[in-house]
Amino acid sequence: MTQQTVKVKKNIVDEGIEAGLARLTPERIESVIQRVLNREAGARLKTYARTCVHCGLCSDACHHFVSMNRDPKLSPAGKVKRTIGVMMQKKGKVSKDFIREAAMVAYSECNLCKKCVLYCPFGIDVGYLMTLVRRICHLLGVVPRYMQDTAHSQSVHFNQMWINGDEWVDTLFWQEEEARDEAPDIRIPVDKEGSDIFYSVIGPEPKFRAQLIYQAAMIFEAAGSDWTMPGSPGWDNSDLCMFSGDNEMMGRNKRAHFEAAAKLRVKKIVMGECGHAFRSVYDVGNRWLGFKMPPIPVIHAVEFYHDLVCNGKIRILKKFAQPITLHDPCNIARGMGLYEKARELAHALCETVVEMTPNREHNICCNAGGGIINCGPPFKDKRVEANSVKAKQLFDAKAMGAEVVIAPCHNCHGGLEDIIHHYGVEMELKFFGDIIYEVMEKPE
Amino acid sequence: MTLQTLYTIIAGPLAVLAITGFVLGCVYRIVMAVRQTASDRMVIEYFHPRYALRSILRWLTPYSTVNMRRHPIMTLVTFVFHLGMVVMPFFIFAHMLMVYEAFGLSWPTLPDVFVEWMSWAVLLALVFFLGRRLILPEVRYLTTLSDYLILLLIALPFFTGIWAYKGWWAAEWVTLLHMLSGEILLLAIPFTRLGHMVLFFMTRGYMGSEFGGIRHARDW
Repeated sequence: MTQQTVKVKKNIVDEGIEAGLARLTPERIESVIQRVLNREAGARLKTYARTCVHCGLCSDACHHFVSMNRDPKLSPAGKVKRTIGVMMQKKGKVSKDFIREAAMVAYSECNLCKKCVLYCPFGIDVGYLMTLVRRICHLLGVVPRYMQDTAHSQSVHFNQMWINGDEWVDTLFWQEEEARDEAPDIRIPVDKEGSDIFYSVIGPEPKFRAQLIYQAAMIFEAAGSDWTMPGSPGWDNSDLCMFSGDNEMMGRNKRAHFEAAAKLRVKKIVMGECGHAFRSVYDVGNRWLGFKMPPIPVIHAVEFYHDLVCNGKIRILKKFAQPITLHDPCNIARGMGLYEKARELAHALCETVVEMTPNREHNICCNAGGGIINCGPPFKDKRVEANSVKAKQLFDAKAMGAEVVIAPCHNCHGGLEDIIHHYGVEMELKFFGDIIYEVMEKPE
Repeated sequence: MTLQTLYTIIAGPLAVLAITGFVLGCVYRIVMAVRQTASDRMVIEYFHPRYALRSILRWLTPYSTVNMRRHPIMTLVTFVFHLGMVVMPFFIFAHMLMVYEAFGLSWPTLPDVFVEWMSWAVLLALVFFLGRRLILPEVRYLTTLSDYLILLLIALPFFTGIWAYKGWWAAEWVTLLHMLSGEILLLAIPFTRLGHMVLFFMTRGYMGSEFGGIRHARDW
């Protein structure tokens, strides 16, 4: 298995990365690295580099390391050594081959999940250091092709799926029409000024999973919420530019999102079940724009649903019968501490909840997050192979009776789906929205 | 040069140099780290004393984090080692006596037998760390020459300390070596990876602030 895995890794050729490398000169590489190391990065990079005592205690935190036969190159500190460590040591005088390797590490061997922060005695944030490597790769134009494509889409349409303005509104009308078969008076209010709630989703929802918008409308209707969705760009809260290293474009995306909400004078933003989008709005993008905290309160779906279900704003007719297990997405567990609310919600909705261990802030990542799944097909085998430890965790949960996995994050869905198929786990995947829609008292 | 002249130099100007260098070096480290936040503003913006302290205390308490419990022997060795290296030297009778003779200050000290055993424990801990570096692939991969030199740098004052205390062969000269190696170690702290002695409080404090104040999650 090891040999096979190594073969898969060596065979990856990404057109975007190769095309970028072809344009590079040694001078360009050096000046970009110097710019990021000396002007953009500051206290954290330098202090982390100086503090790490090479103890290797971060290793066990990483699912890549544990899944790939404990390959020392894949430990968090190992990844730092292979990338930014050398860049700092050589002051940017590195080869094209080195940049190719660094891009592979930063884009496909680290999910920026920040679990290693909980294992390093010094709290060194390797996710942050890998973000810096991605920033360098972006400025060098060395980005995996599929990821760059989504970033291009965001710079054209402010959404990651090349969805035109009319297609978006059309999708909302279509879902409204579908929902009217079930609840004749239901509306998906577009651009309704002064609403309590601004509901934003990620690009793939209208593109591939439009029923989620339908379900959300039914949930809002059942709860009697005063809500709206924007009719113009700003509706997509996701951000692949954040992961490619294109901070400038990330900032424009976040600005479009916040401004769409501000224009409608809403009280708060409620987001669909996506982890990285939450990270981009609550943690990274707002900071880039200079907001210490988001300028408009941002609430993740898990928190919103928790309020509806646990405070009796929607009625549960009959609890979900199949035993479920709960996957904690990094960006809302380590990113927002929503693990307890997710559990309370799961218990309120389902008859049997089976726990996977480790869980909560020590969860094992889906290996799709941090933009790895967005690097596309060339990296799929590597991504799935490098997370056998999650497959084992799912098998264990299944052995304890769990039949359904709830993952309140789109990327986790993508990653877990691939793991479930590849390893033959045979479990069903659901969002909280799917479960709530199934068990609640529906509006008429 | 006679033993006495050497002693006067090592216990006099060199000691002053080492202590001053150590203190100024540590201050320099802290000042530099704070100054570098100019291009990394959020470190200051999100700093939260209560959550910073919460995380620091948590990580200074044995077996109170998940990863410490995952590595019970490493945790035991690490805590004994750090207590022996950082705290114990202040409570050695001979050390206190030097301060007393110079400044007239005195405080309670530890029994010599205990100090001797602790020093052996520190040396054993160093052997343990060396073993980890040589045997565990993930640690060996990260290890550089400087990591081995640092182990040696720490071993010297402890080994010579025991030697001098025991009065083995040429104990007077070894005492000088003990003082000299201690001074070198002290001076090396702010300028090598041993600087984690002060930087720990900053990196952990920042992460504690981020996790406690913004992420509402534990960072241990």
